[in-house]
Amino acid sequence: MFDYRAAFGIEYQNLFNRTHVEGPLDIGPVLKSGNEFRRGRPWTSVLLGFIGSAQVGPFYLGAVGLASIVCGFIAFEIIGLNMLASVNWDPVQFIRQLPWLALEPPAPAYGLHIPPLAEGGWWLMAGFFLTAAIFLWWVRVYQRARALGMGTHVAWAFASAIFLYLVDGFIRPLLMGSWGEGVPFGIFPHLDWTAALSVRYGNLYYDPFHMLSIVFLYGSTLLFAMHGGTILAVSRYWGEREIELTTDRGTAAERAGLFWRWIMGFNASYESIHRWAWWFAVLCTLTGGIGILLTGTVVDNWYLWGVKHGIAPMYPHVYPYIADPGHLRGVLQ
Amino acid sequence: MRALTAPLELVALALRYSLAGIVAHPWRTRAWVVGLIAIALVFAFGSTLERLPVTSVQLGYRGTAMEAEYNPRLLKPEIEANRLLPALPAVPDAGIPSSKAYKNIKVLQTADANQFLRQMGAFANWINPAAGCAYCHSLNNMASDSLYTKTVTRRMIQMTREINTNWKAHVGGVGVTCYTCHRGNSIPQNVWFTEPPPGAGHGLAETGTGQGSPDKASGLTTLASDPFTPFLLNAMPIRVTGVSDLNIGNNASTKQAEWTYGLMMHFATSLGVACTYCHNTNNFASWDQGTPNRVPAWYGIRMVRDLNRNYMLPLTNVFPAGRKGPMGDVAKINCATCHQGAYKPFYGASDLAAYPLLAQRNTP
Repeated sequence: MFDYRAAFGIEYQNLFNRTHVEGPLDIGPVLKSGNEFRRGRPWTSVLLGFIGSAQVGPFYLGAVGLASIVCGFIAFEIIGLNMLASVNWDPVQFIRQLPWLALEPPAPAYGLHIPPLAEGGWWLMAGFFLTAAIFLWWVRVYQRARALGMGTHVAWAFASAIFLYLVDGFIRPLLMGSWGEGVPFGIFPHLDWTAALSVRYGNLYYDPFHMLSIVFLYGSTLLFAMHGGTILAVSRYWGEREIELTTDRGTAAERAGLFWRWIMGFNASYESIHRWAWWFAVLCTLTGGIGILLTGTVVDNWYLWGVKHGIAPMYPHVYPYIADPGHLRGVLQ
Repeated sequence: MRALTAPLELVALALRYSLAGIVAHPWRTRAWVVGLIAIALVFAFGSTLERLPVTSVQLGYRGTAMEAEYNPRLLKPEIEANRLLPALPAVPDAGIPSSKAYKNIKVLQTADANQFLRQMGAFANWINPAAGCAYCHSLNNMASDSLYTKTVTRRMIQMTREINTNWKAHVGGVGVTCYTCHRGNSIPQNVWFTEPPPGAGHGLAETGTGQGSPDKASGLTTLASDPFTPFLLNAMPIRVTGVSDLNIGNNASTKQAEWTYGLMMHFATSLGVACTYCHNTNNFASWDQGTPNRVPAWYGIRMVRDLNRNYMLPLTNVFPAGRKGPMGDVAKINCATCHQGAYKPFYGASDLAAYPLLAQRNTP
């Protein structure tokens, strides 16, 4: 095989470059007892080689992975077939209207009772199987990390996202006493639900945990750009060999650190930047989940809450006093 | 698996060698980049942006984004499409009431006979200029009630008078005539029928929830396909937002909020405005942070509800089956019926003064 590394040396980057690295196929380490077989013979892919490792496989399926995929498939089918039924089983309309189609939670009148299938029962069932699939996938992520002797950081970051998912679709509806508070399945429907939830609870932008969640969301993209940009910028000094530079600072690490000290007086280290990124990502969904958990259970109008606690202004009036005509008539509707 | 991905791999190989070519020939790279940027720009401008200028009208305190955006170029055809017909020339009084001059007069009996005829001519122009008198009258016997359209028209005259005299809180001095809704159509272009209620689907699957379809009624959202029956016919509570910081017993659900939101989307699309025409979006529920436009809108909801219940519903059995909705109900009124995309019908122009018979109080 032509040795691209030798030919192009330091020029090698594996994101859409004519240099393309393929090594001998690697089956991975021998697994301890209690693990199942890895499946399939690995092969190499030109397409994937452009953006990452060219080797595909072998896969580790395992009982947990198989159960997760089966549960996910059941949820996917329940949602999809109900959507298809809602357009009278017309495949053309299914595709045309797909962004609008929904599997809605039960009407609030059902409370926490089990509704008939056609009136929210399918939503509960799809939610059950989707949740089962997600939990099983979490177990898989945890177990695979352990099997390779890694830490379980990815699993716990995933758990933070699962927390937000559970708050939205299960814990908060449970606390509110109504499955109807859950999120509909569907592309536009779940976005419309989000907007309606904000209007119902007096504007979620004034929810301080929502604010924190946005900070960590935007902060994550900022950190990602700063870190990715910095490392690429020092790759000409072998800067992307981060592990080597952690144990033995080279000129890449020195220049990257100096760059940020010049820019803003402080630099994260080769070790700490990855903890920054992990915590920002994890806190995004964690704070978001807390914000939703408090919405409706405790706080009924986040704007008024914000005014009361001095985080939102009450703007001056620009019109003469506007009376609520409902109050003028002595009725509120 | 390999067989499945083989075609993709071929594409990838082609891409790989074309990329290699790009690297080898910098001028070709530039051509590619310029071409891609041009395609992206054409797509972005063609599909998302509208040509300037945009006029911004401030509606609230600075910094609150309470403003209305209008593009004069796009507004012009709207204004052209919302023009009143020229008023019919005035006629001298005949000196006798219509009830003396004609038979079977039930609503406009006290009107002068000449003014009565002039008003009849206006009805024909407004509602069905092609058919003229024959749309409501048997031409062999004008006094006959044989056509159902005549019975409907009588009730509609009373409805117009009701709006102009008892709903000034909504229509002000501008008022309405038949043309406000009809615009030369025997059935106004914007009417609504009740949809089958949520849960009326058949079979095991969840269908007919009243949500989850591209709903014209609620501005192409999925919020509510029929936000009218609960709010503009029945009096279900529209107010859902909390009025205190902590929950002190507001049981409105998020689903209710979706229906209210759907109704509000109908308001906005019917009037060609955004939320901030009436509300400060920092807290939709607040009256004193909103604009005065919200007050006539509040009365408008009650007006439309009154008209649908007391004027349209009683006509249900008068209309033939072909004029009714899927549930066998009569065509009903919403904001778009009169407004037709304008914040005020005809952008505030009024010719009610030229038709004083329609501004009179109904005789009990």
